[in-house]
Amino acid sequence: MTSEPDTASVPVATEKHRPRWAETLLLLVRNPMAIASGLVLIGLLVVGLFGQWLAPYGHNEQFVGGQLEAPSGSHWFGTDEAGRDVFSRVLLGAEVSLRVGAVAVGISLVAGVLIGLLAGYYGRWLDDALMRFMDMLFAFPALLMAIAVLAILGRGENNAMIAIGIVYTPIFARVTRASVLTVREDVFIRASRSSGAGDARIIFRHVLPNAAPPIIVQTTISLAFAILSEAALSFVGLGTQPPNPSWGRMLSEGRGFIEHAWWMALFPGLAIFVTVLAFNVLGDALRDVLDPRQRSTLSGKGAR
Amino acid sequence: MSDDAPAGRGGRGGLGALTEQPAQASPAGDVLVEASNLEVHFPIRSGTPLRGTTGHVRAVDGVDLQVRRGETLGLVGESGCGKSTLGNALLRLVEPTAGSVVFDGVDLTSMKRSQLRALRRRMAMIFQDPFASLDPRRTVGDTIGEPLAIHGLHRGRDRRRGRVGELMEVVGLNPDHHNRYPHEFSGGQRQRVGIARALAGEPDFVVCDEPIASLDVSVQAQVVNLLRRLQSEFGLTYLFVSHDLAAVRQIADRVAVMYLGRVVEVGPATSVVASPQHPYTEALVSAIPVPVPARERERERIVLHGDIPSPANPPSGCRFRTRCPKVFEPCPDHDPVLQLVGDQQEAACHLHGVTG
Repeated sequence: MTSEPDTASVPVATEKHRPRWAETLLLLVRNPMAIASGLVLIGLLVVGLFGQWLAPYGHNEQFVGGQLEAPSGSHWFGTDEAGRDVFSRVLLGAEVSLRVGAVAVGISLVAGVLIGLLAGYYGRWLDDALMRFMDMLFAFPALLMAIAVLAILGRGENNAMIAIGIVYTPIFARVTRASVLTVREDVFIRASRSSGAGDARIIFRHVLPNAAPPIIVQTTISLAFAILSEAALSFVGLGTQPPNPSWGRMLSEGRGFIEHAWWMALFPGLAIFVTVLAFNVLGDALRDVLDPRQRSTLSGKGAR
Repeated sequence: MSDDAPAGRGGRGGLGALTEQPAQASPAGDVLVEASNLEVHFPIRSGTPLRGTTGHVRAVDGVDLQVRRGETLGLVGESGCGKSTLGNALLRLVEPTAGSVVFDGVDLTSMKRSQLRALRRRMAMIFQDPFASLDPRRTVGDTIGEPLAIHGLHRGRDRRRGRVGELMEVVGLNPDHHNRYPHEFSGGQRQRVGIARALAGEPDFVVCDEPIASLDVSVQAQVVNLLRRLQSEFGLTYLFVSHDLAAVRQIADRVAVMYLGRVVEVGPATSVVASPQHPYTEALVSAIPVPVPARERERERIVLHGDIPSPANPPSGCRFRTRCPKVFEPCPDHDPVLQLVGDQQEAACHLHGVTG
């Protein structure tokens, strides 16, 4: 916010007038890594949305007598032990991963940002109460916590989203609160109050937009972790239930055949790898553009 | 366009709604804002988990002050004397610890927050730092229009935009720039945006908190002239907070001098500067350069020694005694109060008779 160059000496009229988000986007596309990861993610989104039309076979279509076939012209990624086309299942699994990731992060984003806003803006006992509660959640290893939540709610895809959402809420609460604490003291907040603005107006029109950059960065990074968590939960059998395709599930099923049919585990694993990498790279690039000062603190938090 | 539009630009044509502002036909000397025994103490927290309080910074410590309708009251003092806190407390932007502020007959200090918010239309603030006082993520049009949105004035998109355009013209900005962001403006222009925002609610009382201190010298005069012009056009009352007595002398009708949370002298600007009655004011006045070389060479500076004492632990008796060149025996034991020393000039000093 304060690090932008002083444009005082530049005649305003000759400067091209652009809103801030456009400038951010322009800066972002200068980074080739950001473009590459953006393209990967767009491709992934297309696969997620239109997978059922793109996939050559249905996700449960079996080729009797064609089990555990190595990759070939007709089955690019081979077939699994039930004779299902791995390529089709990886494509269709993208939808599950993206949906679970997006909904889970959506839950933790809304909950975490609200908690962080309240704690950071009002401070005092509310801050203490909310953040100590977040610390409690944060103290459990993420996956263990998610498994505990699923033990209560029962297994399944929808519950996995809720569990992952709960697990990642404290991260958003912390990032938001830290950001709000710096914005809260800005003079323009006092200026707005002096005009008669109420708390709701100040929080949502002034504090939140100015506190947003680290939250946006955290969102992209968390998407990667949520997809990874979904894969992990499905791997241990708590997330997506068979026979629906899920990368984590496929990875776990392929594990038993790793010596005979490496393709069963390799391709879903690669899909997870590429997706998580793309989100992380985009998150890094966004951070460089939006919020260079947060670099070190966020890497620490994102490492979880 | 050039770095800063001339102060007189645009102005008159687009006043419209602004000129509806009643130029209060009240008698001269009518008090608009009055602080009585106002105190603002900030707790010093120890930082331990239980947050014990280890003391208080007495930023404002018993101030009586009157701002008369239509005047400019200059408030001067060195950094940390509490002048900005006093300015904020008069608008109840910081909560007073004790005492009262009466605004146009209404006690602000006992008011509910919701009632106070509605009254904020009639008072405004202009801030020192034009870079920090504008939300970098909102267009200047949004910023200037915010008081209108808050108080439901000029409802409707077009009417509000028109009003924002008027305000921009009045302060010498190009109304076509309402879609721009603060970073696209120079310091002087941003300060004009801040002034336009302050005017939006058609206030009676404006606290100018060091409005020119962080501007280029060349721009300072333009902003002072703008503030003056707006005052006469809209019948504004100013509290002009500054550390620069020379600048305050130019714009203020009356001056109040603050030292360590107290007002030590108050009176008409000309007489306070011409014949200061408090030793601290004398020292401040002696620091003003004289634009006549012969007299400037003869100017005798009173240099105060030592630092300003901690406002958490002010000296006993007169607060200025630790640095006062004229300290004598009643000073450590008696806390002086303001007493009339001239026609309209008051000073809190035992040299004019021991008080307190």
